[in-house]
Amino acid sequence: MAKPFELTAREITAKIKAQELKAEEYISSILEREREVDGEINAYIAVTDEVALNAARTIDKKISRKEDVGRLAGIAIAVKDNMCTKGTRTTCASEMLESFTPPYNATVIEKIRSEDGVIIGKTNMDEFAMGTTTETSHFGPTRNPWDLTRVPGGSSGGSAAALIAEEATLALGSDTGGSIRCPASYCSTVGLKPTYGLVSRYGLIAYANSLEQIGPMAMDVYDCALLLNVIGGYDPMDGTSVSLPGKGYTTNLRDDVKGLRIGVPIEFLGEGTDDRVKKSIWDAIQKYEDLGASYNEISLSNLEFSLAAYYIVAMSEASSNLARYDGLRYGYRVSEDVSDWSTVYSKNRRTGFGSEVRRRIILGTYALSAGYYNRYYLKALKIRTLIRRDFEEVLKKFDVLMGPTMPIPPFEIGEKIQNPLALYMCDVLTVPANITGYPAISIQCGFAGGLPIGLQIIGKPFDEATVLQTAYSFEKNTDFHERRPTLGHSFKSPI
Amino acid sequence: MKRKRITKEEVEHVAWLAHVELSEEEKEIFTEQFNEILDYFEKIDSADTGDVTPTYHVLDLVNVYREDETRDSMEKEDTFRNAPREEKGFFKAPRIV
Repeated sequence: MAKPFELTAREITAKIKAQELKAEEYISSILEREREVDGEINAYIAVTDEVALNAARTIDKKISRKEDVGRLAGIAIAVKDNMCTKGTRTTCASEMLESFTPPYNATVIEKIRSEDGVIIGKTNMDEFAMGTTTETSHFGPTRNPWDLTRVPGGSSGGSAAALIAEEATLALGSDTGGSIRCPASYCSTVGLKPTYGLVSRYGLIAYANSLEQIGPMAMDVYDCALLLNVIGGYDPMDGTSVSLPGKGYTTNLRDDVKGLRIGVPIEFLGEGTDDRVKKSIWDAIQKYEDLGASYNEISLSNLEFSLAAYYIVAMSEASSNLARYDGLRYGYRVSEDVSDWSTVYSKNRRTGFGSEVRRRIILGTYALSAGYYNRYYLKALKIRTLIRRDFEEVLKKFDVLMGPTMPIPPFEIGEKIQNPLALYMCDVLTVPANITGYPAISIQCGFAGGLPIGLQIIGKPFDEATVLQTAYSFEKNTDFHERRPTLGHSFKSPI
Repeated sequence: MKRKRITKEEVEHVAWLAHVELSEEEKEIFTEQFNEILDYFEKIDSADTGDVTPTYHVLDLVNVYREDETRDSMEKEDTFRNAPREEKGFFKAPRIV
Protein backbone atom coordinates (compact mmCIF):
# COMPACT_ATOMS: atom_id res chain seq x y z
CA MET A 1 0.00 0.00 0.00
CA ALA A 2 1.19 3.49 -0.80
CA LYS A 3 2.53 5.54 2.10
CA PRO A 4 0.62 8.79 2.77
CA PHE A 5 3.47 10.98 1.46
CA GLU A 6 3.35 9.18 -1.91
CA LEU A 7 -0.26 10.17 -2.64
CA THR A 8 -1.51 13.04 -4.79
CA ALA A 9 -3.38 16.02 -3.33
CA ARG A 10 -6.57 14.78 -4.95
CA GLU A 11 -6.23 11.39 -3.22
CA ILE A 12 -5.26 12.86 0.13
CA THR A 13 -8.14 15.36 0.42
CA ALA A 14 -10.58 12.60 -0.54
CA LYS A 15 -9.19 10.25 2.12
CA ILE A 16 -9.06 12.96 4.78
CA LYS A 17 -12.63 14.06 4.09
CA ALA A 18 -13.80 10.43 4.14
CA GLN A 19 -11.97 9.98 7.48
CA GLU A 20 -9.86 7.18 6.01
CA LEU A 21 -6.72 9.14 6.79
CA LYS A 22 -6.08 11.67 9.51
CA ALA A 23 -4.49 14.92 8.38
CA GLU A 24 -2.11 14.63 11.32
CA GLU A 25 -1.01 11.15 10.25
CA TYR A 26 -0.36 12.33 6.70
CA ILE A 27 1.48 15.51 7.76
CA SER A 28 3.60 13.41 10.14
CA SER A 29 4.49 11.08 7.30
CA ILE A 30 5.58 14.05 5.14
CA LEU A 31 7.68 15.44 8.01
CA GLU A 32 9.28 12.05 8.59
CA ARG A 33 10.10 11.79 4.91
CA GLU A 34 11.66 15.26 5.02
CA ARG A 35 13.87 14.24 7.96
CA GLU A 36 14.88 11.11 6.08
CA VAL A 37 15.91 12.63 2.75
CA ASP A 38 16.40 16.39 3.03
CA GLY A 39 19.85 16.14 4.57
CA GLU A 40 21.21 15.25 1.14
CA ILE A 41 18.79 17.29 -0.97
CA ASN A 42 18.53 20.60 0.94
CA ALA A 43 15.15 21.49 -0.57
CA TYR A 44 14.03 23.39 2.53
CA ILE A 45 15.42 26.48 4.19
CA ALA A 46 12.97 26.03 7.05
CA VAL A 47 10.41 23.36 7.96
CA THR A 48 7.49 24.68 10.00
CA ASP A 49 6.69 21.34 11.63
CA GLU A 50 4.91 22.55 14.79
CA VAL A 51 2.70 24.99 12.90
CA ALA A 52 1.91 22.34 10.29
CA LEU A 53 1.01 19.65 12.86
CA ASN A 54 -1.25 22.09 14.72
CA ALA A 55 -2.98 23.04 11.48
CA ALA A 56 -3.48 19.34 10.67
CA ARG A 57 -5.01 18.67 14.11
CA THR A 58 -7.40 21.59 13.63
CA ILE A 59 -8.55 20.10 10.32
CA ASP A 60 -9.03 16.66 11.90
CA LYS A 61 -11.16 18.27 14.60
CA LYS A 62 -13.26 20.12 12.05
CA ILE A 63 -13.90 16.87 10.20
CA SER A 64 -14.76 14.90 13.31
CA ARG A 65 -17.30 17.63 14.13
CA LYS A 66 -18.70 17.32 10.59
CA GLU A 67 -17.74 20.91 9.78
CA ASP A 68 -16.94 21.89 6.20
CA VAL A 69 -13.29 21.88 5.20
CA GLY A 70 -11.59 23.66 2.31
CA ARG A 71 -10.49 22.44 -1.10
CA LEU A 72 -6.92 21.87 0.07
CA ALA A 73 -7.88 20.22 3.36
CA GLY A 74 -4.73 18.98 5.04
CA ILE A 75 -2.45 19.16 1.98
CA ALA A 76 1.24 19.79 2.71
CA ILE A 77 2.34 22.74 0.59
CA ALA A 78 5.95 23.87 0.23
CA VAL A 79 6.37 27.60 -0.36
CA LYS A 80 9.32 29.24 -2.07
CA ASP A 81 11.09 31.45 0.43
CA ASN A 82 10.39 34.68 -1.45
CA MET A 83 6.72 34.73 -0.42
CA CYS A 84 5.91 36.44 2.85
CA THR A 85 4.64 34.20 5.64
CA LYS A 86 3.51 36.05 8.75
CA GLY A 87 5.58 35.02 11.74
CA THR A 88 7.80 32.66 9.70
CA ARG A 89 11.16 33.87 8.44
CA THR A 90 11.23 34.75 4.75
CA THR A 91 14.81 35.02 3.58
CA CYS A 92 14.81 35.05 -0.22
CA ALA A 93 17.83 32.77 0.33
CA SER A 94 19.83 35.93 1.05
CA GLU A 95 21.97 37.08 3.94
CA MET A 96 20.21 40.42 3.46
CA LEU A 97 16.93 38.94 4.75
CA GLU A 98 18.33 36.11 6.88
CA SER A 99 16.47 37.31 9.98
CA PHE A 100 13.45 38.92 8.30
CA THR A 101 10.10 37.83 9.73
CA PRO A 102 7.23 39.31 7.72
CA PRO A 103 4.45 41.04 9.66
CA TYR A 104 1.89 39.98 7.03
CA ASN A 105 1.02 37.11 4.68
CA ALA A 106 1.27 37.15 0.91
CA THR A 107 -2.19 36.91 -0.68
CA VAL A 108 -1.44 33.38 -1.99
CA ILE A 109 -0.70 32.26 1.59
CA GLU A 110 -3.99 33.72 2.84
CA LYS A 111 -5.83 31.94 0.03
CA ILE A 112 -4.18 28.60 0.76
CA ARG A 113 -4.95 28.89 4.47
CA SER A 114 -8.56 29.80 3.82
CA GLU A 115 -8.88 26.48 1.94
CA ASP A 116 -7.24 24.56 4.82
CA GLY A 117 -3.94 23.97 3.01
CA VAL A 118 -0.99 23.36 5.35
CA ILE A 119 2.26 25.29 4.81
CA ILE A 120 4.93 22.69 5.51
CA GLY A 121 8.00 24.86 5.04
CA LYS A 122 9.92 27.43 3.04
CA THR A 123 11.96 26.17 0.13
CA ASN A 124 15.44 26.93 -1.10
CA MET A 125 15.99 29.10 -4.16
CA ASP A 126 18.54 31.20 -5.96
CA GLU A 127 19.17 34.37 -3.98
CA PHE A 128 16.35 36.84 -4.75
CA ALA A 129 15.20 34.37 -7.45
CA MET A 130 18.17 35.33 -9.62
CA GLY A 131 19.48 32.12 -11.10
CA THR A 132 18.83 28.93 -13.00
CA THR A 133 20.36 26.35 -10.64
CA THR A 134 19.58 27.15 -6.96
CA GLU A 135 23.34 27.40 -6.46
CA THR A 136 23.35 31.09 -5.47
CA SER A 137 21.39 30.45 -2.24
CA HIS A 138 23.01 31.80 0.91
CA PHE A 139 22.03 28.45 2.49
CA GLY A 140 23.89 26.24 0.03
CA PRO A 141 22.71 24.57 -3.17
CA THR A 142 19.76 22.22 -3.50
CA ARG A 143 20.72 18.89 -5.07
CA ASN A 144 18.77 17.20 -7.83
CA PRO A 145 17.04 14.11 -6.35
CA TRP A 146 17.65 12.22 -9.63
CA ASP A 147 21.41 12.72 -9.34
CA LEU A 148 22.77 14.45 -6.25
CA THR A 149 25.78 15.79 -8.17
CA ARG A 150 23.52 17.80 -10.48
CA VAL A 151 21.50 21.01 -10.20
CA PRO A 152 17.72 20.84 -9.67
CA GLY A 153 17.20 23.89 -11.88
CA GLY A 154 16.17 27.24 -10.51
CA SER A 155 15.30 29.52 -9.15
CA SER A 156 12.42 27.56 -7.52
CA GLY A 157 14.73 24.51 -7.21
CA GLY A 158 13.76 23.75 -3.61
CA SER A 159 10.05 23.58 -4.44
CA ALA A 160 10.58 21.17 -7.37
CA ALA A 161 13.08 19.00 -5.46
CA ALA A 162 10.74 18.80 -2.44
CA LEU A 163 7.95 17.53 -4.70
CA ILE A 164 9.87 14.84 -6.55
CA ALA A 165 11.51 13.69 -3.30
CA GLU A 166 7.99 13.44 -1.84
CA GLU A 167 8.71 15.94 0.95
CA ALA A 168 5.62 17.93 -0.06
CA THR A 169 2.47 17.25 -2.07
CA LEU A 170 2.02 20.69 -3.67
CA ALA A 171 4.35 23.65 -3.97
CA LEU A 172 4.45 27.32 -4.92
CA GLY A 173 7.15 28.76 -7.10
CA SER A 174 7.67 32.10 -8.81
CA ASP A 175 8.68 32.53 -12.43
CA THR A 176 10.42 35.67 -13.71
CA GLY A 177 12.26 34.08 -16.64
CA GLY A 178 11.58 30.38 -16.21
CA SER A 179 12.05 29.88 -12.47
CA ILE A 180 9.04 27.54 -12.13
CA ARG A 181 9.36 25.70 -15.43
CA CYS A 182 13.12 25.11 -15.35
CA PRO A 183 13.18 23.24 -12.02
CA ALA A 184 9.94 21.47 -12.96
CA SER A 185 11.75 20.19 -16.06
CA TYR A 186 14.99 19.30 -14.23
CA CYS A 187 13.25 17.48 -11.36
CA SER A 188 10.44 15.88 -13.41
CA THR A 189 7.43 17.66 -11.94
CA VAL A 190 4.62 19.81 -13.32
CA GLY A 191 5.07 23.59 -13.07
CA LEU A 192 2.85 26.34 -14.44
CA LYS A 193 3.64 30.00 -14.98
CA PRO A 194 0.18 31.56 -15.21
CA THR A 195 -0.67 34.50 -17.46
CA TYR A 196 0.69 37.74 -16.04
CA GLY A 197 -2.04 39.13 -13.78
CA LEU A 198 -3.85 35.88 -12.98
CA VAL A 199 -2.23 35.42 -9.56
CA SER A 200 -1.71 38.23 -7.05
CA ARG A 201 1.92 39.18 -6.43
CA TYR A 202 1.13 40.91 -3.11
CA GLY A 203 3.69 39.63 -0.62
CA LEU A 204 6.01 38.21 -3.28
CA ILE A 205 9.40 39.79 -2.72
CA ALA A 206 9.90 41.68 -5.97
CA TYR A 207 12.70 41.04 -8.45
CA ALA A 208 11.28 42.17 -11.84
CA ASN A 209 7.65 43.19 -11.46
CA SER A 210 6.63 43.33 -15.11
CA LEU A 211 7.80 39.75 -15.74
CA GLU A 212 7.11 37.65 -12.67
CA GLN A 213 4.19 35.50 -11.58
CA ILE A 214 3.59 33.10 -8.72
CA GLY A 215 2.48 29.68 -9.96
CA PRO A 216 1.52 26.17 -8.84
CA MET A 217 3.86 23.16 -8.90
CA ALA A 218 2.73 19.56 -8.43
CA MET A 219 3.39 15.96 -9.40
CA ASP A 220 0.49 15.79 -11.83
CA VAL A 221 -1.65 18.15 -13.89
CA TYR A 222 -4.83 17.72 -11.86
CA ASP A 223 -3.05 18.77 -8.66
CA CYS A 224 -1.50 21.74 -10.47
CA ALA A 225 -4.96 22.85 -11.65
CA LEU A 226 -6.34 22.37 -8.14
CA LEU A 227 -3.79 24.75 -6.64
CA LEU A 228 -4.37 27.26 -9.46
CA ASN A 229 -8.09 27.24 -8.64
CA VAL A 230 -7.20 28.43 -5.16
CA ILE A 231 -4.47 31.01 -5.82
CA GLY A 232 -5.84 32.69 -8.97
CA GLY A 233 -8.06 35.77 -9.14
CA TYR A 234 -8.25 39.49 -8.51
CA ASP A 235 -6.69 40.93 -5.38
CA PRO A 236 -7.28 44.56 -4.36
CA MET A 237 -3.74 44.54 -2.94
CA ASP A 238 -2.21 43.98 -6.40
CA GLY A 239 -3.24 46.57 -8.99
CA THR A 240 -1.92 44.33 -11.79
CA SER A 241 -4.07 41.35 -10.86
CA VAL A 242 -6.98 40.71 -13.16
CA SER A 243 -10.62 40.02 -12.47
CA LEU A 244 -11.84 36.99 -14.40
CA PRO A 245 -15.03 34.98 -14.15
CA GLY A 246 -14.48 32.02 -11.81
CA LYS A 247 -12.62 29.29 -13.66
CA GLY A 248 -12.76 25.70 -12.53
CA TYR A 249 -9.47 24.52 -13.92
CA THR A 250 -9.97 21.00 -12.57
CA THR A 251 -13.49 20.45 -13.85
CA ASN A 252 -12.54 20.99 -17.50
CA LEU A 253 -9.71 18.46 -17.59
CA ARG A 254 -10.46 15.87 -20.26
CA ASP A 255 -8.28 13.32 -22.01
CA ASP A 256 -8.99 14.74 -25.45
CA VAL A 257 -6.79 16.62 -27.92
CA LYS A 258 -8.64 15.75 -31.11
CA GLY A 259 -8.39 18.68 -33.49
CA LEU A 260 -5.87 20.53 -31.29
CA ARG A 261 -3.56 22.67 -33.43
CA ILE A 262 0.04 22.68 -32.21
CA GLY A 263 2.66 25.16 -33.38
CA VAL A 264 6.29 24.05 -33.03
CA PRO A 265 8.71 27.01 -33.19
CA ILE A 266 11.77 25.76 -35.07
CA GLU A 267 13.92 28.14 -33.03
CA PHE A 268 13.17 25.98 -29.96
CA LEU A 269 14.75 22.95 -31.65
CA GLY A 270 17.78 24.60 -33.21
CA GLU A 271 21.46 23.83 -32.85
CA GLY A 272 21.57 25.05 -29.25
CA THR A 273 19.21 22.27 -28.16
CA ASP A 274 20.67 18.91 -27.10
CA ASP A 275 19.83 16.00 -29.45
CA ARG A 276 18.43 13.84 -26.64
CA VAL A 277 16.10 16.69 -25.66
CA LYS A 278 15.01 17.10 -29.28
CA LYS A 279 14.23 13.42 -29.55
CA SER A 280 12.01 13.42 -26.44
CA ILE A 281 10.15 16.49 -27.66
CA TRP A 282 9.52 15.03 -31.12
CA ASP A 283 8.37 11.78 -29.48
CA ALA A 284 5.90 13.81 -27.41
CA ILE A 285 4.62 15.68 -30.46
CA GLN A 286 4.25 12.34 -32.24
CA LYS A 287 2.19 11.15 -29.28
CA TYR A 288 -0.11 14.17 -29.65
CA GLU A 289 -0.49 13.38 -33.34
CA ASP A 290 -1.42 9.79 -32.48
CA LEU A 291 -4.05 11.21 -30.11
CA GLY A 292 -5.65 13.28 -32.86
CA ALA A 293 -3.84 16.63 -32.70
CA SER A 294 -2.01 18.19 -35.64
CA TYR A 295 1.20 20.16 -35.70
CA ASN A 296 3.08 22.57 -37.94
CA GLU A 297 6.60 23.91 -37.71
CA ILE A 298 6.61 27.68 -37.46
CA SER A 299 9.19 30.43 -37.11
CA LEU A 300 9.14 33.35 -34.68
CA SER A 301 11.50 35.78 -36.33
CA ASN A 302 12.20 38.04 -33.33
CA LEU A 303 12.83 35.20 -30.89
CA GLU A 304 16.60 35.52 -31.31
CA PHE A 305 16.47 38.86 -29.45
CA SER A 306 14.38 37.63 -26.55
CA LEU A 307 17.12 36.49 -24.18
CA ALA A 308 19.11 39.74 -24.38
CA ALA A 309 15.94 41.84 -24.15
CA TYR A 310 14.74 39.80 -21.18
CA TYR A 311 17.98 40.22 -19.23
CA ILE A 312 18.12 43.95 -19.88
CA VAL A 313 14.54 44.44 -18.62
CA ALA A 314 14.94 42.06 -15.65
CA MET A 315 18.23 43.62 -14.50
CA SER A 316 16.88 47.15 -14.90
CA GLU A 317 13.81 46.37 -12.83
CA ALA A 318 15.95 44.54 -10.27
CA SER A 319 18.25 47.54 -9.81
CA SER A 320 15.23 49.68 -9.00
CA ASN A 321 13.42 47.11 -6.84
CA LEU A 322 16.41 46.17 -4.74
CA ALA A 323 17.26 49.80 -4.00
CA ARG A 324 14.98 49.42 -0.97
CA TYR A 325 17.51 47.20 0.82
CA ASP A 326 19.42 49.78 2.80
CA GLY A 327 19.57 47.90 6.11
CA LEU A 328 17.51 50.58 7.82
CA ARG A 329 13.93 49.37 8.27
CA TYR A 330 14.83 45.69 7.83
CA GLY A 331 17.61 43.60 6.39
CA TYR A 332 21.31 43.20 6.97
CA ARG A 333 23.19 46.03 8.64
CA VAL A 334 26.90 46.20 9.42
CA SER A 335 27.54 46.15 13.14
CA GLU A 336 29.12 49.59 13.34
CA ASP A 337 28.11 52.74 11.51
CA VAL A 338 31.71 53.26 10.47
CA SER A 339 31.10 56.26 8.31
CA ASP A 340 28.50 58.37 6.48
CA TRP A 341 25.19 56.92 5.27
CA SER A 342 26.36 56.34 1.72
CA THR A 343 29.29 54.21 2.80
CA VAL A 344 27.20 52.31 5.35
CA TYR A 345 24.55 51.50 2.74
CA SER A 346 27.20 50.31 0.30
CA LYS A 347 28.71 48.05 2.97
CA ASN A 348 25.30 46.67 4.00
CA ARG A 349 24.60 45.82 0.38
CA ARG A 350 28.04 44.37 -0.19
CA THR A 351 27.74 41.85 2.64
CA GLY A 352 23.99 41.37 2.43
CA PHE A 353 23.89 40.52 -1.27
CA GLY A 354 25.72 37.68 -3.01
CA SER A 355 27.68 38.27 -6.19
CA GLU A 356 24.95 37.39 -8.72
CA VAL A 357 22.51 39.83 -7.10
CA ARG A 358 25.14 42.57 -7.09
CA ARG A 359 26.04 41.77 -10.70
CA ARG A 360 22.43 42.27 -11.79
CA ILE A 361 21.92 45.43 -9.72
CA ILE A 362 25.03 47.03 -11.20
CA LEU A 363 24.27 45.99 -14.79
CA GLY A 364 20.67 47.15 -14.39
CA THR A 365 21.84 50.50 -13.04
CA TYR A 366 24.13 50.76 -16.08
CA ALA A 367 21.31 49.93 -18.54
CA LEU A 368 19.14 52.66 -16.99
CA SER A 369 21.85 55.30 -16.67
CA ALA A 370 22.05 58.47 -18.76
CA GLY A 371 23.46 57.73 -22.19
CA TYR A 372 22.54 54.04 -22.11
CA TYR A 373 18.79 54.15 -21.39
CA ASN A 374 17.73 54.37 -25.05
CA ARG A 375 20.32 51.93 -26.23
CA TYR A 376 19.53 49.17 -23.77
CA TYR A 377 16.35 49.58 -21.72
CA LEU A 378 14.11 51.33 -24.25
CA LYS A 379 15.35 49.15 -27.11
CA ALA A 380 14.59 46.03 -25.04
CA LEU A 381 11.04 47.28 -24.38
CA LYS A 382 10.50 47.78 -28.10
CA ILE A 383 11.72 44.25 -28.78
CA ARG A 384 9.22 43.13 -26.19
CA THR A 385 6.48 44.60 -28.40
CA LEU A 386 7.86 42.79 -31.48
CA ILE A 387 7.91 39.43 -29.70
CA ARG A 388 4.37 39.95 -28.38
CA ARG A 389 3.18 40.67 -31.91
CA ASP A 390 4.86 37.49 -33.19
CA PHE A 391 3.15 35.39 -30.51
CA GLU A 392 -0.21 37.08 -31.03
CA GLU A 393 -0.08 36.34 -34.77
CA VAL A 394 0.98 32.75 -34.46
CA LEU A 395 -1.55 31.95 -31.75
CA LYS A 396 -4.33 33.02 -34.09
CA LYS A 397 -3.52 29.89 -36.11
CA PHE A 398 -2.61 27.52 -33.30
CA ASP A 399 -4.11 26.61 -29.93
CA VAL A 400 -0.78 26.05 -28.22
CA LEU A 401 2.95 26.20 -28.92
CA MET A 402 5.25 23.34 -27.93
CA GLY A 403 8.94 22.84 -27.43
CA PRO A 404 11.48 21.89 -24.78
CA THR A 405 11.49 23.75 -21.46
CA MET A 406 15.29 23.57 -21.22
CA PRO A 407 17.74 23.23 -24.10
CA ILE A 408 19.97 20.81 -22.20
CA PRO A 409 19.43 18.15 -19.48
CA PRO A 410 20.39 18.95 -15.85
CA PHE A 411 24.11 19.68 -15.56
CA GLU A 412 26.56 19.30 -12.68
CA ILE A 413 26.66 21.53 -9.64
CA GLY A 414 29.56 23.96 -10.16
CA GLU A 415 29.74 23.35 -13.91
CA LYS A 416 28.53 26.78 -15.05
CA ILE A 417 28.35 28.94 -11.94
CA GLN A 418 31.61 30.81 -12.71
CA ASN A 419 30.30 31.83 -16.11
CA PRO A 420 27.18 34.03 -15.76
CA LEU A 421 26.55 34.35 -19.51
CA ALA A 422 26.59 30.56 -20.02
CA LEU A 423 23.97 30.27 -17.26
CA TYR A 424 21.82 33.04 -18.73
CA MET A 425 21.80 31.11 -22.03
CA CYS A 426 19.97 28.22 -20.32
CA ASP A 427 16.88 30.48 -20.02
CA VAL A 428 16.56 31.01 -23.76
CA LEU A 429 13.39 28.91 -24.17
CA THR A 430 11.59 30.01 -21.02
CA VAL A 431 11.92 33.83 -21.17
CA PRO A 432 9.55 34.38 -24.14
CA ALA A 433 6.53 33.51 -21.95
CA ASN A 434 7.62 36.17 -19.45
CA ILE A 435 8.29 38.77 -22.11
CA THR A 436 4.80 38.23 -23.56
CA GLY A 437 3.05 37.47 -20.26
CA TYR A 438 1.59 34.29 -21.79
CA PRO A 439 0.86 31.15 -19.74
CA ALA A 440 3.32 28.24 -20.02
CA ILE A 441 3.60 24.88 -18.35
CA SER A 442 6.40 22.32 -18.11
CA ILE A 443 5.43 18.64 -17.84
CA GLN A 444 7.40 15.40 -17.66
CA CYS A 445 8.07 13.99 -21.13
CA GLY A 446 11.14 11.80 -21.01
CA PHE A 447 14.54 10.91 -19.62
CA ALA A 448 18.06 11.05 -21.04
CA GLY A 449 20.47 8.77 -19.20
CA GLY A 450 18.23 8.88 -16.13
CA LEU A 451 17.88 12.69 -16.20
CA PRO A 452 14.45 14.27 -16.69
CA ILE A 453 13.34 16.21 -19.76
CA GLY A 454 10.43 18.65 -19.73
CA LEU A 455 7.92 19.55 -22.43
CA GLN A 456 6.88 23.20 -22.50
CA ILE A 457 3.36 24.13 -23.62
CA ILE A 458 2.63 27.83 -24.18
CA GLY A 459 -0.95 29.07 -24.54
CA LYS A 460 -2.99 32.17 -25.20
CA PRO A 461 -3.37 34.81 -22.48
CA PHE A 462 -5.74 33.65 -19.73
CA ASP A 463 -6.32 30.36 -21.56
CA GLU A 464 -4.77 28.21 -18.83
CA ALA A 465 -7.69 25.82 -19.37
CA THR A 466 -6.39 24.74 -22.81
CA VAL A 467 -2.78 24.57 -21.60
CA LEU A 468 -3.81 22.36 -18.68
CA GLN A 469 -6.03 20.13 -20.75
CA THR A 470 -3.29 19.66 -23.36
CA ALA A 471 -0.87 18.69 -20.59
CA TYR A 472 -3.44 16.44 -18.93
CA SER A 473 -4.08 14.45 -22.12
CA PHE A 474 -0.36 13.71 -22.54
CA GLU A 475 -0.11 12.60 -18.92
CA LYS A 476 -3.10 10.26 -19.29
CA ASN A 477 -1.34 8.47 -22.15
CA THR A 478 2.19 8.27 -20.74
CA ASP A 479 3.79 7.28 -17.44
CA PHE A 480 6.72 9.70 -17.09
CA HIS A 481 4.95 11.53 -14.25
CA GLU A 482 4.81 8.33 -12.18
CA ARG A 483 8.56 7.79 -12.05
CA ARG A 484 10.44 8.61 -8.87
CA PRO A 485 14.17 8.75 -8.06
CA THR A 486 15.69 6.26 -5.64
CA LEU A 487 16.13 8.00 -2.29
CA GLY A 488 16.39 7.35 1.42
CA HIS A 489 16.65 4.14 3.43
CA SER A 490 13.27 2.72 2.55
CA PHE A 491 13.91 3.19 -1.15
CA LYS A 492 17.04 1.12 -1.68
CA SER A 493 16.77 -0.13 -5.21
CA PRO A 494 16.78 -3.89 -5.71
CA ILE A 495 20.08 -4.77 -7.39
CA MET B 1 42.63 43.56 -28.92
CA LYS B 2 38.91 44.14 -28.95
CA ARG B 3 37.66 47.45 -27.62
CA LYS B 4 36.29 47.20 -24.10
CA ARG B 5 32.62 48.05 -23.77
CA ILE B 6 32.99 48.95 -20.13
CA THR B 7 36.19 49.80 -18.24
CA LYS B 8 37.05 49.00 -14.64
CA GLU B 9 36.63 52.70 -13.79
CA GLU B 10 33.11 52.69 -15.24
CA VAL B 11 32.22 49.56 -13.27
CA GLU B 12 33.46 51.32 -10.11
CA HIS B 13 31.35 54.37 -10.95
CA VAL B 14 28.12 52.42 -11.63
CA ALA B 15 28.65 50.31 -8.49
CA TRP B 16 28.96 53.57 -6.57
CA LEU B 17 25.73 54.86 -8.11
CA ALA B 18 24.02 51.60 -7.10
CA HIS B 19 25.46 51.75 -3.56
CA VAL B 20 27.15 48.38 -3.84
CA GLU B 21 30.70 48.08 -2.58
CA LEU B 22 33.03 45.80 -4.55
CA SER B 23 36.40 44.37 -3.58
CA GLU B 24 39.38 44.98 -5.85
CA GLU B 25 39.24 41.39 -7.06
CA GLU B 26 35.53 41.67 -7.80
CA LYS B 27 36.06 44.83 -9.82
CA GLU B 28 38.40 42.89 -12.10
CA ILE B 29 36.07 39.89 -12.41
CA PHE B 30 32.93 41.98 -12.90
CA THR B 31 34.62 44.10 -15.58
CA GLU B 32 35.53 40.99 -17.54
CA GLN B 33 32.08 39.42 -17.10
CA PHE B 34 30.25 42.65 -17.92
CA ASN B 35 32.18 42.95 -21.17
CA GLU B 36 31.13 39.45 -22.15
CA ILE B 37 27.49 40.08 -21.24
CA LEU B 38 27.38 43.48 -22.97
CA ASP B 39 28.93 41.88 -26.06
CA TYR B 40 26.02 39.48 -26.08
CA PHE B 41 23.52 42.31 -25.55
CA GLU B 42 24.80 43.88 -28.80
CA LYS B 43 22.53 41.38 -30.50
CA ILE B 44 19.57 43.69 -29.96
CA ASP B 45 21.12 46.34 -32.23
CA SER B 46 20.09 44.35 -35.29
CA ALA B 47 16.39 44.26 -34.31
CA ASP B 48 14.36 46.59 -36.50
CA THR B 49 12.42 48.65 -33.94
CA GLY B 50 11.92 51.80 -36.05
CA ASP B 51 8.58 53.22 -34.89
CA VAL B 52 7.65 50.39 -32.53
CA THR B 53 6.09 51.49 -29.24
CA PRO B 54 7.76 50.08 -26.13
CA THR B 55 5.96 47.53 -23.91
CA TYR B 56 6.34 48.71 -20.33
CA HIS B 57 3.66 46.36 -19.22
CA VAL B 58 1.86 43.39 -20.84
CA LEU B 59 -1.62 44.17 -19.53
CA ASP B 60 -3.73 46.91 -21.01
CA LEU B 61 -4.10 48.62 -17.67
CA VAL B 62 -4.10 52.39 -17.44
CA ASN B 63 -4.95 53.50 -13.93
CA VAL B 64 -6.30 51.30 -11.20
CA TYR B 65 -8.29 53.18 -8.60
CA ARG B 66 -9.68 52.09 -5.28
CA GLU B 67 -12.16 53.64 -2.89
CA ASP B 68 -10.54 56.16 -0.59
CA GLU B 69 -11.46 54.41 2.63
CA THR B 70 -9.52 54.37 5.84
CA ARG B 71 -8.38 51.10 7.31
CA ASP B 72 -6.15 50.05 10.16
CA SER B 73 -2.45 50.25 9.56
CA MET B 74 0.15 47.93 10.98
CA GLU B 75 0.85 47.99 14.71
CA LYS B 76 3.88 50.10 15.57
CA GLU B 77 5.48 47.16 17.31
CA ASP B 78 5.23 45.03 14.16
CA THR B 79 6.68 47.84 12.08
CA PHE B 80 9.86 47.89 14.13
CA ARG B 81 10.21 44.16 14.64
CA ASN B 82 12.66 43.77 11.76
CA ALA B 83 14.55 47.03 12.25
CA PRO B 84 18.27 46.47 12.92
CA ARG B 85 18.36 49.66 15.03
CA GLU B 86 15.50 51.52 16.63
CA GLU B 87 15.51 54.42 19.04
CA LYS B 88 12.57 56.15 20.74
CA GLY B 89 10.08 54.99 18.16
CA PHE B 90 12.25 55.87 15.15
CA PHE B 91 14.41 53.89 12.73
CA LYS B 92 17.97 54.84 13.50
CA ALA B 93 19.85 55.86 10.37
CA PRO B 94 23.60 56.30 9.90
CA ARG B 95 25.10 59.78 10.12
CA ILE B 96 23.92 61.95 7.22
CA VAL B 97 26.32 64.91 7.56
